[in-house]
Amino acid sequence: MKKFLAFAMSLAMVFSLAACNSGGSSASNASEDSTSAAGSSEAGAPAGSSGGDLITVGFAQVGHESDWRTASTNSVQAAFSKDKGFDLQFVDCDNNSAKQLEAVRNFIQQGVDYIVIDPIVSTGWDTVLTEAQSAGIPVIVIDRTIDDSDKYVSWVGSEFTNEGLAAGAWLKAYAEKKGIKEINALVIEGTTGSSAQIGRTNGFKKYADANGWKILDSQSGNFTQDGGQSVMESYCKSYQGKFNVVVCQNDNEAFGAEDAMNAAGVKYGIDGDVVLISFDACKAGLKEVLSGKINADFQCNPLQGPFCADIISKLAAGQTVEKKTYMKEPWYVSEDVLTDISYTNNAGNDVTEPLIHVTQDVVDKAY
Amino acid sequence: MSVLRNSLQRATRQKLFLPIFCMVLVLLINLMKSASFFSIAINNGVLYGRLIDILNRGSEIAILAVGQTLVVAVSAGTDISVGSVMSLSACGCCTLLAGYGVNSTSTLVMPMALGMLGGVLLGGLCGAFNGVLVANLKIQPMVATLILFTAARAIGLLLCDNQITYIRYDPYKYLGNFIPGIPIPTAIFVTIAVISVAALFLRKTSLGLYIQSVGVNSRAAHISGINSGWICFLCYLICGLCSGIAGIVASSRIYSADSNNIGLNFELDAILAVALGGNSLAGGKFTLAGSIIGAYTIQAITTTLLAMGVSTDQAPVVKAIIVVIIVVVQAPVFRDWIGNRSARKLTIAKVAAESGSGEGVA
Repeated sequence: MKKFLAFAMSLAMVFSLAACNSGGSSASNASEDSTSAAGSSEAGAPAGSSGGDLITVGFAQVGHESDWRTASTNSVQAAFSKDKGFDLQFVDCDNNSAKQLEAVRNFIQQGVDYIVIDPIVSTGWDTVLTEAQSAGIPVIVIDRTIDDSDKYVSWVGSEFTNEGLAAGAWLKAYAEKKGIKEINALVIEGTTGSSAQIGRTNGFKKYADANGWKILDSQSGNFTQDGGQSVMESYCKSYQGKFNVVVCQNDNEAFGAEDAMNAAGVKYGIDGDVVLISFDACKAGLKEVLSGKINADFQCNPLQGPFCADIISKLAAGQTVEKKTYMKEPWYVSEDVLTDISYTNNAGNDVTEPLIHVTQDVVDKAY
Repeated sequence: MSVLRNSLQRATRQKLFLPIFCMVLVLLINLMKSASFFSIAINNGVLYGRLIDILNRGSEIAILAVGQTLVVAVSAGTDISVGSVMSLSACGCCTLLAGYGVNSTSTLVMPMALGMLGGVLLGGLCGAFNGVLVANLKIQPMVATLILFTAARAIGLLLCDNQITYIRYDPYKYLGNFIPGIPIPTAIFVTIAVISVAALFLRKTSLGLYIQSVGVNSRAAHISGINSGWICFLCYLICGLCSGIAGIVASSRIYSADSNNIGLNFELDAILAVALGGNSLAGGKFTLAGSIIGAYTIQAITTTLLAMGVSTDQAPVVKAIIVVIIVVVQAPVFRDWIGNRSARKLTIAKVAAESGSGEGVA
C-alpha cells in the first residue's frame, strides 16, 4: 500500500513536471517552429520576396522577467508585424547568454535581413557580430549595451542619467514651489552595478551636490518590493523624523517603501511630510501616482519597437542612422503645480521637458 | 570563585550554550554601537523597534529551519529546494486566489484560507516528492532536491503566467504584516505556531527519537523495528510544508507572488541556521531550539548590517566574516584546542602549586 502510494505520488509529480515542461517546451518549440518555418520561407525567398516583399527581422530578447520586459517584447512585436511589412522571428533567451549567442548565429545562418539584440551580457559579442557583419546583416542593439564591439549599426535605449537628472530638477522646482527649505533624502538604490542604478544615482546626486541637499543614506533594495520594504523599515528607525524625501529607483521598491512607512506611521505623498519619488512608471506605479501616494514617477520607456522600426526603414532606404538613439521618456507627476522642468541633460544640452499630470486616462494607457 | 567557575563550566557544556553565545555576541556589537537598537516602543499602534524587526523578518528562516533540522538529522543531507518551493507555493496561492493569468486583483475567486491552504499543500507535495526520491529511491538528498531547486521556481513562473500576480485584498496582507488592533507582527504568531506544533510532535510522540536513530544508523534503526523509509519521508514532507508556510508569509508581506525573488537564497540561510544551532550536518542528534536561535542570529546579523548602514553589496562580506568566526568557535577542533590549552594551564598551575613556590599561581 505504502509502496503504491509512493509510486503514485512520484508518478503524479513526474506528470505535473512533464506537464509544465511540455507547456514550456511547446512554447519554445512553437518559436523554433516559427523560426524554422521562417527559415524555409527564407530558402524560398526569391519567390516570396517578389510577392510580399517582407523584411525579415530576427529578435533575440533577454527573457520575460518583469512587466517592463513584457512591454518591451510586445512593443517590438507590434512594430514588426506582418501588415507593416515585416516578418519577425522572436526568440526568448530566458536570461541565458549562451542561448542568445546561439539564437543570433541561427539568424545569420538563415540569412535574415536585420538582427535586433537586447544583450543579456555586455561582453563576448565581437566574434558573432563580426560574423553578422561579414554576412552583411546589420545589427541593432536595444536597451542594454554591448561594450566590447562596435560592429553594430545602432543602439536604442534609455539615458538613465537623464532620468536621475530629471528627478533632481523636478525636486528642486517642487521644493521651491512648496517652500521646502531643507532636503534630507533617503535613497533606495537598484541592483548595484546595473546601468539603471548607476545612471539614476549619478543624475540625482549631481543635483543633490549642487543644491546642498543632504543624502542621509543610500542602500540597495535590489529592485524588489521586499528589498524596498526591509531597507525602508530600517531607515524609519535610523532616521526617524529626520527625512523628508525618499527616492526609490524603481516602482517595486516604492511599493515596499510605502508599506514600511505605513507601518511606521510616516505620512508621505502629496498630503504627507515625505516626498516619494520613483522610477519606471509602470501601470501599478502610475496608479499610486494617481492616488497621490507617489509624488513623481520617471519613466524608463520600454517601447523600443517603433524606434527600431524607424531605424530599419531608414537603413532600407539607404540613409545613415545615429549610432545612439535615446528614447523619449515621459515624466509623470501627481499634482498640477508644475508644467515642465528645465535641466542640462547628460549630453550637455539645456532642455525643457513637460511634466504629465496623471489622470485615469494616463493610467489606462500605460504598459 | 570556584563556584562561579564551576557553574560557568557547566553552562559552557550546555548544548545550547554556543548558539546563545553567538546570538549574544551579535547583539553585543549593537549595544556597543548604539543602545537605541534595543529600544522598543509602541508606534502607530504597533510594536516598533529593531528587536521586533529581527523577530518579524526572521520568521521565514526560523520556519524553514524547523523543517531543515529534521531533514538534516534524518538523512545527513540538506534540502536545497526550500527557497524555490517557497516561491512555488506563493505563486500557487496567488494564482488560486486571483485566477490564472490575472495580473492584479482586489476580489478573490475563492476563500482566502482555502487559497493559502492550497499553497501550503503545494509545498507539502514538493516535500513528498523529495521524500520519495530520498527515502524510497535512495537518491542523495542534495541531488534529489536539486530537481525542485531548479524546477520549482520555473513552475511557479508558469503558474503565474510569467508575471507578478498582485493580491490587493487587505486581509491577504495580515499574515506578513499586522492584524488591525494587534500590536505584534502576525508572522511571529505563525512561527510560534509552527515551532510549537513541531516541538509537541517531537516531545509527545517518539518521532524525535525515531528521527535520531534513523539519522545515526538507518539500518540499525530498521532492524530494531523502525520504518526508516517512512520516517525519512515524513521529515521531507514536514520540510516541504514548512517551506509552503514560509512562502505564504513571504508572499503576504508583499501581497504578491514575485516568483523570481521570493525565497531567493533562503536555502542557504536555512542550512546555516541548522549549522549555527550546533547541529551536526552529518545527521543524528539534533536540537530544534538551537536551529531556531541560529535562524534569528542570521536575521540579527542582517538587521545589524542594515542598521549600521553597511551598503547591501558589502553586507555579504561582513556576514561571511561573522559566520566564519561563529563556525570556527563551534568547530570541535577549535574547542579541543581551547580545552587542551586550559587543561595545560591547569596542570602548569597545579605543578607550580605542588612545588610549593606558590608565587605566580594567581
